[in-house]
Amino acid sequence: MQRFSLVQLVRNALAHHEKWPAYWRSPEPKRAYDAVIVGGGGHGLATAYYLARNHGITNVAVLEKGWIGGGNTGRNTTIIRSNYLWDESAHLYEHSLKLWEGLSADLNINVMLSQRGVLNLAHNLGDVREGVRRVQANRLNGIDAEWLSPQDVQAFCPIVDIGEGRRHPVLGATLQRRGGVARHDAVAWGYARAADALGVDIIQNCEVTGIDVLAGRVVGLRTTRGAIMARKVGLVTAGHSSVLAAMAGFRLPVQSHPLQALVSEPIKPVLDCVVMSNAVHVYVSQSDKGELVMGAGIDAFNSYAQRGSFHVIEHQMGALLELFPIFSRLRMMRTWAGIVDVCPDASPIIGRTPVGGLYLNCGWGTGGFKATPGSGWVFAHTIANDAPHPLNAPFALDRFTSGALIDEHGAAAVAH
Amino acid sequence: MLLISCPWCGPRDETEFHCGGEAHIARPLDPPALPDAAWAGYVFMRDNPKGWMRERWMHAQGCRRWFNLVRHTVTHEIAGAYLVGAPLPPLPDECP
Repeated sequence: MQRFSLVQLVRNALAHHEKWPAYWRSPEPKRAYDAVIVGGGGHGLATAYYLARNHGITNVAVLEKGWIGGGNTGRNTTIIRSNYLWDESAHLYEHSLKLWEGLSADLNINVMLSQRGVLNLAHNLGDVREGVRRVQANRLNGIDAEWLSPQDVQAFCPIVDIGEGRRHPVLGATLQRRGGVARHDAVAWGYARAADALGVDIIQNCEVTGIDVLAGRVVGLRTTRGAIMARKVGLVTAGHSSVLAAMAGFRLPVQSHPLQALVSEPIKPVLDCVVMSNAVHVYVSQSDKGELVMGAGIDAFNSYAQRGSFHVIEHQMGALLELFPIFSRLRMMRTWAGIVDVCPDASPIIGRTPVGGLYLNCGWGTGGFKATPGSGWVFAHTIANDAPHPLNAPFALDRFTSGALIDEHGAAAVAH
Repeated sequence: MLLISCPWCGPRDETEFHCGGEAHIARPLDPPALPDAAWAGYVFMRDNPKGWMRERWMHAQGCRRWFNLVRHTVTHEIAGAYLVGAPLPPLPDECP
């Protein structure tokens, strides 16, 4: 890998930018690998990178049915935070946030992490109590969190309407100053490039069509580019997790739904933080290009279609204007959807499966982007050691049998 | 946006309905006798198919009655509705 540097930038500028190297090779799949990661999104690529970097396992392939950055990694609203209520989640997401803070240097690519602060607004007494409780819980877990009065909210984000006559008055907010946004496709490209440099094969346009299991152990995969033998397989396929699990002969507690997002036309800088509201269901930030980036809720029905219904967008716009009347003349440019895998407790499943050598990382639902580095870190540990990292041990699939759920549905600062 | 035919009220906009998810999940007849894994299967595990799916809907802003729908989860095409308790219609890609 040619490291990016000022010298390299000058050299390529003098060469009219015609000699930049490709970020990764595009090799033909080998017949066998020590480990195969199914799913070339951020989580899968991060897993492959940490398998190689932290555990020295470099005979690894990442199989992606489409192209790198074309799935949920390129479809989210790029928000990063770790202000989760429950200890298990807080530790996992905070580990991830700490990795984010060193990620650009680690991967030698600018992921444009912008720690501009994440506000979670409270609109009623229940929201206020939940927010104050969450701030205290976060602080006990060593996570930065503050409670803001309505006047503090106005000072931090002047365009929020805190007028008392509003249908949803702003009674306060939690603030995580270390939260923010990052450039999502740079994260995928960065992990792919760094993993490739360590010897990982990144294979695009390669869809898994079957999982071969012999005597309760995975032995290989059938794909659209031929059979591949593998001693260990990690499934990181988000919305398609149930489909892959069915190939291996077990069921999952996840449901696939479309989650829509949209951007406005670009405007001058007006919003320099991330604003989220649980009760009204808004999350919005402004990109470096000036577009407002907004996420809507999930469509209620199951779908694998990467598109949702218009009334969900309409509802989202109504909620946005309730909080920000200033945006009433703004035109929306693009909407899209990604297929998210929603768990009954809105927490991920990371760990072993009923099939030996087959590992699962799914169920991130509507909030997986923020966890990309930490998810890859603990999943690589799980695959390398055939045992979970302490951070993901509580997130095993068998919690749905034992009942030890990590219920973040209403607790994670946003309605899932 | 889906156009859903309620068996009683006819074709109506999706916004009038509430989606109840996967249909035909039978409550075990003797829950205390079940092992934990079987109870987890009933409460949490789902087929979540990519393709034709039988699911429950309720006409919340109409007759407020539940019914079942056969819908494709990739194309969103609706093959038809049938009443709760009616015999299972074959899925369009199943041989009758």
